[in-house]
Amino acid sequence: MSGSRRSRWWLIALAVVALALPQFAEPIVVHTAIEILIMALFAMSFNLLFDGAGLLTFGHGCYYGVGAYTAALLMTEIGMPMFPAMFAAMVMGGLVALVFGYFCVRLTGVYFSILTLAFAQLMFSVFQQSYTLTGGDLGILDIQPPAFLMAVNNYYYFTLVVVGVSFWLLWRILHSPFGRTLHASRDSVVRTQFIGINVRRYRLAAFVIAGVFASLAGALFAPFNRAVAPFLVSWVKSSDPVLMTLLGGAATFWGPVVGAAVFTTLHEVAIGYTTYWLLLMGGILLVGVLFLPGGILGFLEDRFHGAAAARGTKMTEARGASSNASAD
Amino acid sequence: MLLRTQALTKAFGSLRAVDGVDLVVQPGRLHAIIGPNGAGKSTFFNVLTGFFPADSGSVIFKDQDITRLPPHVISRRGVVRAFQRGTIFQTFTVFENVQAAILSRKGKTRNLFELAAGMLREDTRRILETLGLVDQANVRAGHLSHGDLKRLEIGIALGMEPELLLLDEPTAGMSPEETAAQSALMQKLVAEQGLNILFTEHDMEVVFGIAKWITVMHQGRVIADGKPGDVRRDRHVQAVYLGEES
Repeated sequence: MSGSRRSRWWLIALAVVALALPQFAEPIVVHTAIEILIMALFAMSFNLLFDGAGLLTFGHGCYYGVGAYTAALLMTEIGMPMFPAMFAAMVMGGLVALVFGYFCVRLTGVYFSILTLAFAQLMFSVFQQSYTLTGGDLGILDIQPPAFLMAVNNYYYFTLVVVGVSFWLLWRILHSPFGRTLHASRDSVVRTQFIGINVRRYRLAAFVIAGVFASLAGALFAPFNRAVAPFLVSWVKSSDPVLMTLLGGAATFWGPVVGAAVFTTLHEVAIGYTTYWLLLMGGILLVGVLFLPGGILGFLEDRFHGAAAARGTKMTEARGASSNASAD
Repeated sequence: MLLRTQALTKAFGSLRAVDGVDLVVQPGRLHAIIGPNGAGKSTFFNVLTGFFPADSGSVIFKDQDITRLPPHVISRRGVVRAFQRGTIFQTFTVFENVQAAILSRKGKTRNLFELAAGMLREDTRRILETLGLVDQANVRAGHLSHGDLKRLEIGIALGMEPELLLLDEPTAGMSPEETAAQSALMQKLVAEQGLNILFTEHDMEVVFGIAKWITVMHQGRVIADGKPGDVRRDRHVQAVYLGEES
């Protein structure tokens, strides 16, 4: 994503395919494509923290779930239209991320990860047990998108626009001075402090931004799926973006998207043949982590972009080295 | 005076690593702190810059008490340090390393939507020229030679436009040529840019070659403080060094 000509052509080709997809694909494929887009946004919001700031969260499903539930509740309980409900979901996700993040960014390394998981589990319990508000383990049913988004193709285009704009925003954020500063803190927390940066504050800001985009992904999912359940807030959901990002390649901007596409497609295909699809995913991930340490996209960049893009794995190595050093 | 510490103390358990240090840094000087290993030089730097909180005593910079302020505040006040090794931004290019500091100093880091790549190119370039790192501007910092890395260490600090630059072992591990170049760079920064430099150093040739003032530490205390000639003749200093090295 260094703005090289080749990656620009790839991007244009991808955009053309994405725009034309409903014209030639079966509805079930379009349906899967919507899921991929939503998961891609979810994974990319996770990677803003992971590759962007060097923070591994195990609780990102929390914000996805909060977004999904907020949109679902507002639409079913008070009949709020979908767009304002989505906006409210982002605000709510941001607020929850602000409160939980305030405590999480006080910790570093694995302690940070564990605390994010603890908060997510807390949220999971709340959603699962409060029958009056969230329907407990039954969840919320009958979430209807507006009439013009009922057709799967229309919902697809809507999702494509929302996710596309979000990708653009995230790209800008990662390449802004703010994004640079996050990267700096990932490379060396100590040095970042000594260039006058209050690292905690920047981490909290990143945590909130990631929470807002994860909530948006959740808010896109609820009316698409017509129902939400506590599963969306669970630790399994939190593991999705982690696995997708590692599979696709964390050190590349589009890695999480590739990971989401592969992961979701495999799921759709495998679940038709076997109920042990998690076993299959586990095997694929194992192979991925062992043989493609830079993820799928990292591997492809190394292979086809030659020396210019040895960057993918280099960055992964560098990050590995520095995250050990900065686990202070 | 630029900076003054009074009875600055930092202990780890029963070890008083910095033990009641009074030190004055006058402006316009290359001021060296020397002493055998374990003398407390590094800890002193760490306390001075807020990395370790002081147990007692105070640090006064330009008539303001900066004791126990966090590092990010102290570095904005004008006391900036470079490290001995390994604290550059590895995945950044040389250019981006220096630029990151300037972005921070100019208060641009809250900007979410401008593209960082095109910002402050001139300011960054000027520092790279001072360091002689213009040709390596687009090299990833993780690929630099040891000497270039040490210069980049200083470059990041210069991005903060320090009034007092603290350098921890600026020539450690360098070849004789690199050492000479680094010494020349330090002299240039003081002479041409009016910077004040306080540095720790093991290489006595460097210390007596460029320092205008020397403080000697031993077991957490200051045992001598003065002009190079006076320090060289000091009995106590000779005893400490000869006792160590013979």
